[in-house]
Amino acid sequence: MLDVSVAYNRYKFLGHEFLTWLWYMIETDTQKLLDPKAELDDMFIGNRIVLENSSHNRDEMITIKGDGAGLEEGVIALQKGAKVTEINLVVKAGENEWRFNLKGESLNIGGLKSPETGRVESVEDVEGAVLEKIYLYEKAVDLTNYAYQQFIKSRVSPEWETSIVQNISKWIQQASKG
Amino acid sequence: MGVLSSSVSITQYRVEGTIEDSFLETVADSLTNNAIREIDNEPEDKSVGWTGFESPFKPDFSGSSYIFGTHLIFSLRIDKKSIPSKIVTKHLNMAIAKRLEQSEREALHRNEKSEIKDEVIRRLYMRMPATPNMYDLIWNYEAKILWFLCNQKGANEELETLFSKTFKLSLIRMFPYTAAVLTGGLKDTQKDQLEKLSPTTFYRGQHA
Repeated sequence: MLDVSVAYNRYKFLGHEFLTWLWYMIETDTQKLLDPKAELDDMFIGNRIVLENSSHNRDEMITIKGDGAGLEEGVIALQKGAKVTEINLVVKAGENEWRFNLKGESLNIGGLKSPETGRVESVEDVEGAVLEKIYLYEKAVDLTNYAYQQFIKSRVSPEWETSIVQNISKWIQQASKG
Repeated sequence: MGVLSSSVSITQYRVEGTIEDSFLETVADSLTNNAIREIDNEPEDKSVGWTGFESPFKPDFSGSSYIFGTHLIFSLRIDKKSIPSKIVTKHLNMAIAKRLEQSEREALHRNEKSEIKDEVIRRLYMRMPATPNMYDLIWNYEAKILWFLCNQKGANEELETLFSKTFKLSLIRMFPYTAAVLTGGLKDTQKDQLEKLSPTTFYRGQHA
């Protein structure tokens, strides 16, 4: 295994490709992202997506935020060579909802809001509340790890070049036409 | 950020190594030996140590309050003192003026000024209370997984250093490369392929 600090910078691009692929998968085949064992129903992009274009010696950052914001500008940025560096995700399981930000370069989860748990009113309530929180955080962590595993297996497969990237390119083309 | 907060951030780690002797006993002793040390009224400007997530100002690892099934939950506490530069300048000028008056000289040597500055800062640190910051962590010791509930670079680095010093175990941060190699479920041939990857151009059609 490579030195960790060297590997962080050298493979940062994988995280950005992961989030770009994730957007494509959410739009075209969400169910493939959800581990059947996790009992989650749906996943979609929340209220924030950040793209960065470092190609052709430029350093351009595009942030789209706001509930219900259109992603057209993001698609145009993808056409110009940008990749997703941060994304806000919403995951549903019945009435329950998780919202969190995922950062590509670190795979860090930020601002995770999980379904509400019972109020802690006495010392006796703490253990139950903590275990419930762990269970709920695990859902978001496992979802992220499962999606990343799907991505990385695709990324090192021959199909990445021969079909997956072609399909993503077609999706970008179609999305840009609305 | 706390385990029971309405919103948390998570940095994922994998724990490398094992504790050979009685696990919980060793952990309790190690946490106690590396618990946060108060630095109020002391000349130090920083203290880093462990504390309980429920009682951050009274570290106590004697019971089982931090054990939840196969998870251990406790906090990294970082206490820091920060003196505004203008306060240092004011007190340094006052101290220099006093020294000049006492020694009946018109100027001080550079080394003497530096010594006075160190003494001024030391005295100011002793008078200033430290600002505490707590960051909870969840350690699933059977799965060798640790979640640090903070994404700040500085706090993560403090965690990695203190954890290694305390338990003689290494923490490996999960980011795209380490997650691919260690938890990506790749075969050896796929890992070889990973080492050769270069960035992809996704859009291959006509530009907008």
